[in-house]
Amino acid sequence: MSDIILSATGLTKTYQQRSGRFGFGSTVVKALDNVSLQLKQGTTLAVVGESGSGKSTLARCLLQLLPLDAGQVIFEHVDLATLRGDALRAARRHLQMVFQDPFASLNPRMRVGEIVGEGLLIHGMGSAAERRERVLRMLQRVGLTAADMLKFPHEFSGGQRQRIGIARALVLEPRVVVCDEPVSALDVSIQAQILLLLKELQQEMGLSYLFISHDLRVVRHVADEVVVMHHGRIVEQGGVEQLYSDPQQEYTRNLLNSIPGRHRAAEATN
Amino acid sequence: MNRALSNPLAQWGFAIIATILVLAALAPWIAPYDPDAIDVKSILLAPSTTHWMGTDGLGRDVFSRMLFGARISLLVGFVAVGIATFIGVILGAISGFYRGWIDVVIMRLVDIMLSIPTFFLILAVIAFLTPSIWNIMIVIGLTSWMGVTRLVRAEFLSLREREYVLAAETLGARNFRLIFRHLLPNSLTPIIVSTVLGIASAVLVESSLSFLGLGVQPPQASWGNILTDGKEYIQFAWWLSAFPGMAILITVLGYNLLGEGLRDALDPRTKS
Repeated sequence: MSDIILSATGLTKTYQQRSGRFGFGSTVVKALDNVSLQLKQGTTLAVVGESGSGKSTLARCLLQLLPLDAGQVIFEHVDLATLRGDALRAARRHLQMVFQDPFASLNPRMRVGEIVGEGLLIHGMGSAAERRERVLRMLQRVGLTAADMLKFPHEFSGGQRQRIGIARALVLEPRVVVCDEPVSALDVSIQAQILLLLKELQQEMGLSYLFISHDLRVVRHVADEVVVMHHGRIVEQGGVEQLYSDPQQEYTRNLLNSIPGRHRAAEATN
Repeated sequence: MNRALSNPLAQWGFAIIATILVLAALAPWIAPYDPDAIDVKSILLAPSTTHWMGTDGLGRDVFSRMLFGARISLLVGFVAVGIATFIGVILGAISGFYRGWIDVVIMRLVDIMLSIPTFFLILAVIAFLTPSIWNIMIVIGLTSWMGVTRLVRAEFLSLREREYVLAAETLGARNFRLIFRHLLPNSLTPIIVSTVLGIASAVLVESSLSFLGLGVQPPQASWGNILTDGKEYIQFAWWLSAFPGMAILITVLGYNLLGEGLRDALDPRTKS
């Protein structure tokens, strides 16, 4: 299939922990255990699972922010896992990330204009004036103003900060965006606005999303396909409608039943 | 910084340090006498309106010597801590950023340095070198970088995992940019606090060295060697020991107040 834009095969990541008396023993924690997934161009693939299931590790390993123990990440026909240094930086330009915590993901000592323009600066794209123009257009697209460029992150609300984070990722015109719980730290009323913004941007810019979340209500809203993770493994995957209406695995059923307001469904399956 | 300026501890500390700095800077203009001028006709005079802090065993004006001594004490404090902070920030940054074997090497070096009683190390080194003011500043600097190293390393280790640093890495930032644009500016607060507190202890070390005769050499005045001179006359010329002792006390207190005030004001975790 030619329309697959990002494909990961056999991703494995373990953490060693010292344990036992005086730390002489060591325990191996498998954060990712042979995880494979494929993201189709222009679609949203959601990764769901409870905390500790390896979702965030998956995101960081896909972007090569953490080294993989084994596996391939094919993006634009290159295996990112084999790249280092400048080659990796160049390849990653079209693979960006929106982070979870809008308060921790913006450098408190940089102005918004600098934060959003940093990627353009790093990749040497355009003159200072052109970069400024692109930053401004991007900020306006996500709902901020020219005056906001000179402000610091602490002057904004959580939702506005997340808009800045989105602008920072999208100003580089990526093809794939990994969204690591982009709305879980926000109020419910703001969540809907940010999700709507992400959806609009997806259509305008032809983006593909890898959307990591523990909130199945959000996932149902945004995803085309869903992957369910548990203890570092993928336990189930499929189209969003199919998975919600006919979950195959016990774990997936439990997850679905934990959604508030779905208790009747729980009784029905039992 | 506004919060720092409204902290009463920091205000007191700042006022004390600023006063001493102004006095030291203006020493040649406000000193009533030449600090090194010997006047055998006015030996060991008690404080009076002509000699505000009295005179010493050679008839030199103690107030004038105190003013010029302040320059030495403050200079030693700044330069020694400057050297220590420079070394500490570099080693701590390398340690905390790259981790791995280089971190282990640097941290063991810190442990080794900390296990040696610093003051005796300084004494030993000074005994080999000529005890000039520059040697003292360098030696104090070279033996007091461990605290800053640990501090910067700890800051870097925790900041390295922050999402904004990961975000910059995703954008394609090189290590240089990560360190100087993202990590260092955000670890500045604890570095400033430790620098201010470090100056206080450097002033003390210099005074102790000069007191032992291994510091600033006479006739050049420093608070430590004025104190030494006073030791011989302590039974009948209290002013020779009291004024330099008070000056050291007040200076160290000022730096400590300023440092702790800054820490309270800038660190949200200790805010009550």
